[in-house]
Amino acid sequence: MKDFEYTAPATLRDAVKLLAEKGENARVLAGGTDLIVQMRGRRYQPERVVDIKKIPEVNELTFSPRKGLRIGAAVPCHIIYHNSDVIERYPGIVDAAMIIGGIQIQGRATLGGNLCNASPSADSIPALIAYGAIAEIQGPQGKRKIPVEEFCVSPGRNALQPGEMLVCIQIPQSKSNTGAHYLRFIPRNEMDIAVVGVGACVELAGRGKAQTFKRVRIALAAVGPTPIFASAAGASLEGQSVSEESILAAAEAAKSVAKPISDMRGPAEYRTHLVGVLTKRALIGAVKRARGEHVPNAVQEHESAHPVYTLS
Amino acid sequence: MIELTVNGTSHTVSSDPRRTLLDVLREDLKLTGTKYGCGEGACGACTVLLDGQPVVSCLVLIGEVQGRAVTTIEGLAAEDVLHPVQEALVAEGMQCGYCVPGMALLAAALLRQTPEPTDEEIVRWMGGSLCRCGGYRAVLRAIRRAVGPGANDEVQVK
Ligand SMILES: Cc1cc2nc3c(=O)[nH]c(=O)nc-3n(C[C@H](O)[C@H](O)[C@H](O)COP(=O)(O)OP(=O)(O)OC[C@H]3O[C@@H](n4cnc5c(N)ncnc54)[C@H](O)[C@@H]3O)c2cc1C
Repeated sequence: MKDFEYTAPATLRDAVKLLAEKGENARVLAGGTDLIVQMRGRRYQPERVVDIKKIPEVNELTFSPRKGLRIGAAVPCHIIYHNSDVIERYPGIVDAAMIIGGIQIQGRATLGGNLCNASPSADSIPALIAYGAIAEIQGPQGKRKIPVEEFCVSPGRNALQPGEMLVCIQIPQSKSNTGAHYLRFIPRNEMDIAVVGVGACVELAGRGKAQTFKRVRIALAAVGPTPIFASAAGASLEGQSVSEESILAAAEAAKSVAKPISDMRGPAEYRTHLVGVLTKRALIGAVKRARGEHVPNAVQEHESAHPVYTLS
Repeated sequence: MIELTVNGTSHTVSSDPRRTLLDVLREDLKLTGTKYGCGEGACGACTVLLDGQPVVSCLVLIGEVQGRAVTTIEGLAAEDVLHPVQEALVAEGMQCGYCVPGMALLAAALLRQTPEPTDEEIVRWMGGSLCRCGGYRAVLRAIRRAVGPGANDEVQVK
């Protein structure tokens, strides 16, 4: 590792100043589970590392009906998935936070780091996009907000300008009749990278046979240079009745926006096929949760034909 | 300089920012029970408890542990009495032993949080530590043994 200066500012203002002074040569440290590996591998050789964990704003994890959920950029996964508001209202976030690495990684890894690292296969990003999450950014000129689907620009690159940092991820208040689910396909449970991941969030209207989709958001991991917001696939369901057929049509629409590469984790056609399978299951899981039915977290998609994924 | 508490004793160590907690534990404090495996956080051999939370010490910069408390395998036993998890790992018989310090700390943290875990909970929790000898069933049996009787029931996890 190249020599660098370690700093741990106690305020956002100091952090942004430390970052702005060094521009591209400074990097934020949250849980370090990507950054330290990358520094050792010499992908990044920052002159200054700015550890943000002492800053109060980035340690916030709060829910209020008006502001929804605020996940500070330095809150580690294990705190997130043990939080009762998150468990009760945002199970799609629990799905993602519980499968990032193993227990030792979850003790350190943050959703902020997962997002800023901008990997196409990052597990939390499709869940965040499905929920309509907003990234709150602080820079030398003040604050700005952008939707999470606009945050990643290419593999490993995000929309932050030099001197800027992510402060928090904000997820709107979830309405009743809403449910979400994230799942991924992976050959091994821990310590591997998703072959494909799909997150879905649905809001339903009406009951019984007359039940329809009111609002649907679907997002995909590991099938393009960035996480993909499959907005048309979600929109195609709006106003449709909740049925296998409508869900299968949306899964086809999601497949049409996937742009996977072939690599050691699977050929492109295989990944496209998986997008269809996982979109269907994510939608069914989301519908069930919207109806108040229990869908377990951290379902691993190699546990094939899990009984949960049929509509009752 | 960085001040930290390791196994109840405070230490002051050099603050070269490139050093990880793992480097300092092994090289400065000579606590070589914590093992270096992959250096990328993927194998769990360097697991320690940081303020009680299991972390991979190869992915913790020394600057981050200022004022914090670390437990390594050398600090798990109380005086001469092994922790029940250590006792059980000895009884189940491991092979090369390289993963065992990390496994023991990880399992001890599990039992503190969930005193009577199910097999599913044990498997999920222990997934972040690799055993290259493939001794996973012995680890599962050991954790059940540490929990209480019935440790030798047939292992049922797929
Ligand atoms: C063994 C292992 C297994 C893993 N498994 C998974 C997995 O299953 N799924 C998955 O998605 N990922 C996985 N990862 C990758 C990693 O753990 C996650 O991406 C994690 O969420 C990163 O969070 P962090 O807090 O550790 O980020 P860090 O490493 O601290 O930061 C990551 C990047 O984002 C930047 N950054 C961090 N916070 C901010 C901020 N607030 N503002 C601006 N920039 C910021 C950093 O400078 C760095 O470039 C794994 C990693 C390891 C080592």
